[in-house]
Amino acid sequence: MFSLEGITNFIHEWLNSHLSAIFALLAEFVLVGVAAIGLFAFLGLVLVWMERKVAAVMQLRLGPNRLGPKGIFQTSADTLKLIMKEALTPDNADKLLFNLAPFVVIIVAMLILAPISFAKNFQIWDINIGVLYVTAISSLSVIGVLMAGWSSGNKYSLLGAMRSGAQIVSYELSAGLSILTIIVLTGSLKISDIVASQENGWWIFKGHIPAIIAFVIFIIASTAETNRAPFDLAEAESELTAGFHTEYGGMKFALFFLAEYINIFIVCAIGATLFLGGWMPFHIGHWVAFNHIMDYIPSSFWFFGKTGFLIFLIMWFRWTFPRLRIDQLLNLEWKYLLPISMFNLLLMSVMAIMGWYF
Amino acid sequence: MFEEVGTTTEGDLIINLGPQHPATHGVLHLVITLNGEIIKKVEPHLGYIHRSIEKMTESLSYRQFIYVTSRMDYLSAHINNHACALCVEKALQLEVPQRAQYIRVIMDELTRIASHELWWGAMAMDLGAFTPFFHAFREREKINEIMEETCGARLTMNYMVPGGVMVDLHPDFQKKVKAFIQQYKAKIHEYDELVTGNIIFQNRMKGIGYLSAEDAISYGCTGPVARGSGVASDIRKIAPYDVYDKVEFDEVLQTEGDSFARYMIRIQEMHQSIKIIGQLIDTIPDGNFQAKTKAVIKLPKGEFYQRVETARGELGVYIVSEGAAQPYRIKYRSPGFSNLSALDHMVRGHKIGDLIAAMGTLDLVIPDIDR
Repeated sequence: MFSLEGITNFIHEWLNSHLSAIFALLAEFVLVGVAAIGLFAFLGLVLVWMERKVAAVMQLRLGPNRLGPKGIFQTSADTLKLIMKEALTPDNADKLLFNLAPFVVIIVAMLILAPISFAKNFQIWDINIGVLYVTAISSLSVIGVLMAGWSSGNKYSLLGAMRSGAQIVSYELSAGLSILTIIVLTGSLKISDIVASQENGWWIFKGHIPAIIAFVIFIIASTAETNRAPFDLAEAESELTAGFHTEYGGMKFALFFLAEYINIFIVCAIGATLFLGGWMPFHIGHWVAFNHIMDYIPSSFWFFGKTGFLIFLIMWFRWTFPRLRIDQLLNLEWKYLLPISMFNLLLMSVMAIMGWYF
Repeated sequence: MFEEVGTTTEGDLIINLGPQHPATHGVLHLVITLNGEIIKKVEPHLGYIHRSIEKMTESLSYRQFIYVTSRMDYLSAHINNHACALCVEKALQLEVPQRAQYIRVIMDELTRIASHELWWGAMAMDLGAFTPFFHAFREREKINEIMEETCGARLTMNYMVPGGVMVDLHPDFQKKVKAFIQQYKAKIHEYDELVTGNIIFQNRMKGIGYLSAEDAISYGCTGPVARGSGVASDIRKIAPYDVYDKVEFDEVLQTEGDSFARYMIRIQEMHQSIKIIGQLIDTIPDGNFQAKTKAVIKLPKGEFYQRVETARGELGVYIVSEGAAQPYRIKYRSPGFSNLSALDHMVRGHKIGDLIAAMGTLDLVIPDIDR
């Protein structure tokens, strides 16, 4: 069966047989970096195109349809345009922070990519605290947003950044708690262990109602964490023109834009890994024949299919719901989501102790 | 005037919302004093699109001046023209043929629906939902097609003349309007499903931008804004013109006075407009579409006033005539100007997001405020 494992193993052996161990490792670092950036660019192009097509379907339009089949090259052309643009820095901006902010945001997004398992045995770094690593790093992105908003020297940017700060810090909590709900069941923070534990069924099915509640809360919280509508208060086009990146143009803006889509991909990938079994095919208990058929679909297809479904869900939210107000947003988190997810975690712990799950 | 509540202190954030801003739907400039996200004061600055329409009309004949008013409130261009034509007819004591009256009222109501459709889409967009805009334009496009076939234009129709309408109806007119009513009735439930019933939308609108009936009267608010506060102010009921006294429709009133009340008023007004059109469309009488008038219209010496109900409220046309072929002075009383003046009162103490929502429910068209 088709597997990416063969390719990585072949490269690893070939490098080790031609170079000394330390140079082989360095070469592997470089290769992984190039692959990650390549994936980045690819995801950016595809997700932006996907967003525009999803929006078009919701809005009775056609969407991009001129450049290439179904307008697939539209985003490449847009990127080219953004690269050609002048990178302006406003006069009353803090020059260093202003220019540094987009890179902070994009580097943070890149770092989270490391422990994600894209297919069977295809992962950059299977760190033993994988999920903790993801939640820890992802909360760093707020620093980039605050830097951008404060250093722009623009009141709209400042308001947007402050909103974003309050929002991301709040929603980290319930996102973390809903992740913990699944960790209680798996007993490991390692991504490969979490995926392996779902061989007989995904946690959303095995974990009864608490898992479903955790999944819903996770989706809401991750939509908020990525600053997507209906929680796009940091940008809030009709209120703050473009929020924290009002003053950014050209490629600096494009980095923010790209980071937004990469972050969507990452939260959806985490969601798919924790709740929908990551690259694990759809297995039902001991139905050997059925499970065997499912195994014939390559694991990368499963992973990207599940992630794509969650991304579509988040895009669907954006093109349906109006935006919340800042106090409503914080009320939702502190008065509803946080207590519910705490109680849910307790419930799940009891279930895990008593063994009340499949 | 703003001494007690609106005083600026050190540390307040002053923001220029506009003249170029996605939520002001034009070139309105609001100077907002903020304490964090809380609004302390809103000061509208006007004049960015002032074109001296009142002065311009002093050098135009009574046939020409009607069409400049299309450029005031461009979303209810037809109704503006209607007001001017009515005022001239009143001065001349001209009897308008029944057919023309029917056509005018049908056109007015179609314009009102088109205007409210656009408002609905823009309102949802102000709240961050983009999709409703396109759904609203699906229905509005049908009205525009009807207008285009009948008057030759989609936005500034220029269809009214003193004494009637410029040309007779298009042969397909009745069929097209009925098709539109069919489509409207089939699709209107989507509006409620997509926006009205949405919990986020309701939370954003209810209890926000409160305007009491007394305040609505003292600020001179008219139209849906006043009716949302429970002030019966529909000119079509108070002083019916053309065939409005022959049709049956309800003046929609809500007493809550908040943004949601104003929203519901406009949604229900669209239903009422459909009801009016439905009553008239089958019974358009035969006959002339225009009364006979002289080539050069001269009004008798005196002062003449006519008011109509546009999509935004009460539009008044005041003509002072010296007996010449041109007016001596023309003054328009536009609904948007008075409605905007209530904005500061409505949003003090609310958040920026509420300002946008409340401003959306005022349905501002800036060229109407700045003439």
